[in-house]
Amino acid sequence: MHRHTLVGVLLGAAALAVPAQASKDVLDRSGDPNQWVIQTGDYANQRYSKLEQINRDNVKNLKVAWTFSTGVLRGHEGSPLVVGDVMYVHTPFPNIVYALDLKNEGKIIWKYEPKQDPSVIPVMCCDTVYRGLAHADGTIYHHQADTTLVALDAATGKEKWKVVNGDPKKGETNTATVLPVKDKIIVGISGAEFGVRGHVTAYDAKTGKQLWRAYTLGPDSETLFDPEKTMSLGKPVGKDSSLKTWNGDQWKIGGGTAWGWFSYDPETNLFFYGTANPSTWNPVQRAGADGKPIDQKWTMSIIARDVDTGTARWAYQMTPFDEWDFDGVNEMILADIDVKGQKRKALVHFDRNGLGYTLDRVTGELLVAEKYDPAVNWTSGVVMDKNSPQYGRPQVVSKFSTFQTGQDKNTKGVCPAALGSKDQQPAAFSPRTNLFYVPTNHVCMDYEPFRVSYTAGQPYVGATLSMFPAPGSHGGMGNFVAWDAGQGKIAWSKPEQFSVWSGALATAGGVVFYGTLEGYLKAVDEKDGKELFKFKTPSGIIGNVMTYSHGGKQYVAVLSGVGGWAGIGLAAGLTNPTDGLGAVGGYAALRDYTALGGTLTVFTLP
Amino acid sequence: MKPVRFALIFVALLAALQVSQTAGQTDKKEKDGKWETADGTPTYQISSDGTVDWYTFSGFRRYHSECHVCHGPDGEGSTYAPGLIESLKTMSYADFMLAVASGREVVRADKQSKMPALGDNPNVMCYLDDIYVYLKARADGALPRGRPAKRVEKPATADAAEKACFGGK
Repeated sequence: MHRHTLVGVLLGAAALAVPAQASKDVLDRSGDPNQWVIQTGDYANQRYSKLEQINRDNVKNLKVAWTFSTGVLRGHEGSPLVVGDVMYVHTPFPNIVYALDLKNEGKIIWKYEPKQDPSVIPVMCCDTVYRGLAHADGTIYHHQADTTLVALDAATGKEKWKVVNGDPKKGETNTATVLPVKDKIIVGISGAEFGVRGHVTAYDAKTGKQLWRAYTLGPDSETLFDPEKTMSLGKPVGKDSSLKTWNGDQWKIGGGTAWGWFSYDPETNLFFYGTANPSTWNPVQRAGADGKPIDQKWTMSIIARDVDTGTARWAYQMTPFDEWDFDGVNEMILADIDVKGQKRKALVHFDRNGLGYTLDRVTGELLVAEKYDPAVNWTSGVVMDKNSPQYGRPQVVSKFSTFQTGQDKNTKGVCPAALGSKDQQPAAFSPRTNLFYVPTNHVCMDYEPFRVSYTAGQPYVGATLSMFPAPGSHGGMGNFVAWDAGQGKIAWSKPEQFSVWSGALATAGGVVFYGTLEGYLKAVDEKDGKELFKFKTPSGIIGNVMTYSHGGKQYVAVLSGVGGWAGIGLAAGLTNPTDGLGAVGGYAALRDYTALGGTLTVFTLP
Repeated sequence: MKPVRFALIFVALLAALQVSQTAGQTDKKEKDGKWETADGTPTYQISSDGTVDWYTFSGFRRYHSECHVCHGPDGEGSTYAPGLIESLKTMSYADFMLAVASGREVVRADKQSKMPALGDNPNVMCYLDDIYVYLKARADGALPRGRPAKRVEKPATADAAEKACFGGK
């Protein structure tokens, strides 16, 4: 028997043994540009659509086709899904789901509203956002704020099963979408500001039975890190790679939650995600027994795990011993691109810490780590010399080290601010230009850590910070950046008055879309960022732009509804501490431009 | 009662309120660097060169650790929770303590909001007066936005009270 045939038979047997394969359905439907079936557009998280009816020449004629009020006022992140003739719209807490009939002018087919204890509201750091639903095999997977994961019949909205992933009384909540892959649903958890110990968990897609759970911190048996086989920067991680980097039992309340996005590579059976900050925000309290910085693995890391077992294949820690709240949860975009003249199976990630990383997604090799905002100043760069003991580590500039400055002292002028050069708002990749389109924040901060004590279910922060627009720049708080991930260089950058807190969309029509906090949907040219169209929607946009087609027409849709971290930090505007005593808030206040309200706006050509 | 007279009484009441607020700031007493009004309510002290008392400064820090992730920077409010510099224009010290310790809940058709009960959170409760005087200074318009530029040194009594409150933690 030929080897290929044998493999074929084995694969066939595996398929028979596992009848539910969400992957096939997601791959088939996300390959069809008429639909948008998971939040990230596809498993690679590219947020690129092959639709090209709306193009650079005609996008200026875009008109509102229809709108829909969600009835909820909180910050609206994520985007609607389109599966065949049905659009699925989610809301922030109370996490309502609407199924809308695209054949019948958006008539509501069904509505699902869970009953949740409102005590979950205040344990959600920074608004009750929710980054949306996922569809696979006729099921809508809905992960509520209180961590209840529910499978809904896509046709009727009836519950198929539900399971509880965490305990809000300990500060465990959910804001993220889920990853339907093979016969599993993979989910994360929020709550690093409450001392939650982060994890990712796989549930059976058909029954909700828990299959495996992998913690970010703790013993190898719970992190599912294999001392010999899990690699980091080209070497096995060794025994207890997490435990060894914590002082005593601090890892038990150590954070490192997983509240961002998931991507998946069918070729290697790996899924990729990032982990959040260590708790508390006071680095002095987290120092090693000798009073020196200690890595706190695997917080602030990119982790690649096997879908079936949860075992980590490789991991890379971007910000060892965090001193600024630079969570590593942002999306991991998979793309095959030229890196310094060589074609690579790459993973590209724009971290909160202000560095754009390009890694080999198969091996975890670090290829590029460069600043995607020139304002970034906390590091002089990452050591790329493989022979250096500092290989792969960012070099911290003493002046901006909140640890070296010390607790009860104010470290001034750190760029970026705690909200990062970019937060969760996902970037897009266009294979037409080989560029990444990145929504960014252009904000710096003063940061003063101090001692706090831990109480279960209570905030565990331990730092006070004030934010201001990056000094010596255009005065705005954001940029929309086109990034060459092969070279680690900015191709072009378009200044924005406020942080760009909306996920981007790239299209085959040569148009790139994003939303702004004032509420504009903007369309720009993929080549140079030239603005081709804008329209002010009813509220500020922190949702992600998506596109679909129905009845032969291409539509572009976005949720408005200001809120989230952006709404908390920027509603009142920022002040500049260097303006001195008596200066009135000198920077634009978001509340002068927009007010609350969840609305879906759908655009098309006349 | 004639409307004019009613209006006069109203004006008189307002004037009385103004007087009592100013009086609060003029008749205040200091003990070990901690200031209070004549009726014993904690308050702030800001000298003419902008130097704030320790507790107002401490309140600034604690507010921006524990409260600002919902209520926004400098007590200004956010898209998520109300601006406390408005609330403290009318809210009494006792009501403030009650709201922080026991929480609050609003459930309406368009809105569900909940202030958590922070009564068992020492990072808040050990600094409740500090946070109150900071916000009161902001509400009264006595303190601008941002980090207070100058402050007095931390009194030894503040250190001792902190240790006692945390129970040696």
